[in-house]
Amino acid sequence: MDQLNVKSVDKAYGGVIANHDVSLTVPEGKIVGIIGPNGSGKTTLFNSIVGHHPIDSGEIHFNGKEISSLTIPQIARLGMLRTFQQTHIYGKMTCVQNMQISSDIDANWKRIFNPFSKEVDEMVDELLAFVGLYKKRFLLAGDLSFGQQKLLEFAMALMKKPTILLLDEPTAGVNPTLINGLIDRLRQVNEEKGITLLVIEHNMRVIMNLAEHIYCLANGTMLADGKPDDIQNDQRVIDAYLGN
Amino acid sequence: MITNNKQNMLIWIGLAISAVVPLLLPNYITVLTYIWVMIILALTWDMLGGQTGYTSFGNILFFGVGMYVSAVVQRDMFSSGLDRFERVSEIVVNLNASEYFVSLAVGTLAGAIVAVILAVILGSGILGMRGHYFAICTLGLGHAAAEIASGIDYIGAGSGMVTPIYPGELALSKEAFYYYAFMLFAIVTFFLFRKIYQSQFGLALNAIRDNENKAESMGIHTTQYKIAGWSIAAFFLAIAGAGVGNVIGFIDPVEIAFSGPTFGVWMIVMAILGGKGTIWGPVLGAVILYSAKETFWTYLLGWDKVALGLLIVIIVVYFPKGVLGYFKERKQLSNSILSQKGEG
Ligand SMILES: Nc1ncnc2c1ncn2[C@@H]1O[C@H](COP(=O)(O)OP(=O)(O)O)[C@@H](O)[C@H]1O
Ligand SMILES: [Mg+2]
Repeated sequence: MDQLNVKSVDKAYGGVIANHDVSLTVPEGKIVGIIGPNGSGKTTLFNSIVGHHPIDSGEIHFNGKEISSLTIPQIARLGMLRTFQQTHIYGKMTCVQNMQISSDIDANWKRIFNPFSKEVDEMVDELLAFVGLYKKRFLLAGDLSFGQQKLLEFAMALMKKPTILLLDEPTAGVNPTLINGLIDRLRQVNEEKGITLLVIEHNMRVIMNLAEHIYCLANGTMLADGKPDDIQNDQRVIDAYLGN
Repeated sequence: MITNNKQNMLIWIGLAISAVVPLLLPNYITVLTYIWVMIILALTWDMLGGQTGYTSFGNILFFGVGMYVSAVVQRDMFSSGLDRFERVSEIVVNLNASEYFVSLAVGTLAGAIVAVILAVILGSGILGMRGHYFAICTLGLGHAAAEIASGIDYIGAGSGMVTPIYPGELALSKEAFYYYAFMLFAIVTFFLFRKIYQSQFGLALNAIRDNENKAESMGIHTTQYKIAGWSIAAFFLAIAGAGVGNVIGFIDPVEIAFSGPTFGVWMIVMAILGGKGTIWGPVLGAVILYSAKETFWTYLLGWDKVALGLLIVIIVVYFPKGVLGYFKERKQLSNSILSQKGEG
């Protein structure tokens, strides 16, 4: 079944057409990639999907439900979360606090004036260990390196037990020695927790390795899509990356 | 980090002293009462201003509303209604002890409830806006409220109101009663707020402060948390307002109830001076600023406002993170120097 279904979405910023007639489908439990040169509209597409801004036209279905008029928190609560290209963490809070507040606090709002439950704290420790930040757990998130912040942001998203994760360039700015570990974890999350992944990635090697299906954006329109091998050999894709 | 237990011990020692001080220094009892008032003002301002980073210039609204609503309930609850030919601002109600305290309690609670309702309505309108836009929207709140109050005859219009006379037959003087009442209320506020800041709710407020976009994208209904935080502040601030109206005995819409240049500014300066976004900062700031103000007033007649203004400038320039923030940074610096030496 298609978990996410984007149908001919248009989005312009003033005169700049960032997305035009963009469609894609993400089947449940799969890893799908999005590639494209800088400024081709990849982040804009993510922003449209998660409700960051209204779209100009088109439809976005999540589990069969039209979501293009919902707000960010509403969509997040349906189980779709995104991470940012530039890290977004709570800088003046410790890693543990960043994780705690990423638990579903509204689920038991009657306990909202209590400290976090033991279950939440256990999950925090487990996920921080999973991304390799357990030893840094009492540091302020703002004091972590950029790559560590990306790992933290990824772990924070997992606290919400999402069914689909939208990752915006998860390896950009990450120390090359950490990238392989990160890819392993993405795959592990997909296989073990069954979380669908939609990944924007600039690093060709990474995405060819990770994704089962790849979409390529160029100048705001969908240029091509297919299996990694097909995309790699597609002349239009090669031109988009190498050409003007 | 100092644990809650250690903190609590210090608090109890401080409170034991506070409880006997008015007996030792009876002439200063009103000044000391105001220190408790200031602590409440600074603590409530910090709920939004420090914990979420949303600067409000309009919290004085809740203070004045609590003051007026309570005064009206106290005036009308046990009296047979207004004499139409009397000037409202001159009505002085005489109540016996039980009437006095019952109407005070009911009035205070009513004031707090009205303030919360206002906070929810106003907050729904303007707390959806980000940072500075919200701050700008709150700029006129106090002034607008003063204008409106000045036009309502039922509450004495521009001439204000008089709160009921404290019953004379009691052993406990009015000054002592309000001193201990405010002391108790400040303590309750402090412990409740500390509990809130250590809870899930408190962390949600901090998440909004650090990165509101992220909080939203993680499914936190940020506007609702901001409104809830503002409402809690309004509740406690209105209670303080109700009490202050009775301490002064007279309510003026511009000079007292909705007095932006005094209470309205002080609550902000105190929180920032002590260290906003912390539980102890506002307490410290309130004690320092109010003591300074009283000292200036006593020794620098006429120049007290200048001295206070100078103090505020010094704070903003040299202690932008407040006294607590300043010492925290010094400590971190010396810690990192020490650890470097240790490694060497
Ligand atoms: N908030 C914005 N306001 C105006 N223009 C924007 C905004 N965000 C993106 N754009 C423009 O939209 C186009 C697509 O940007 P983006 O989606 O960030 O590309 P990518 O993520 O593929 O690098 C670019 O031309 C960019 O300048
Ligand atoms: Mg981008």
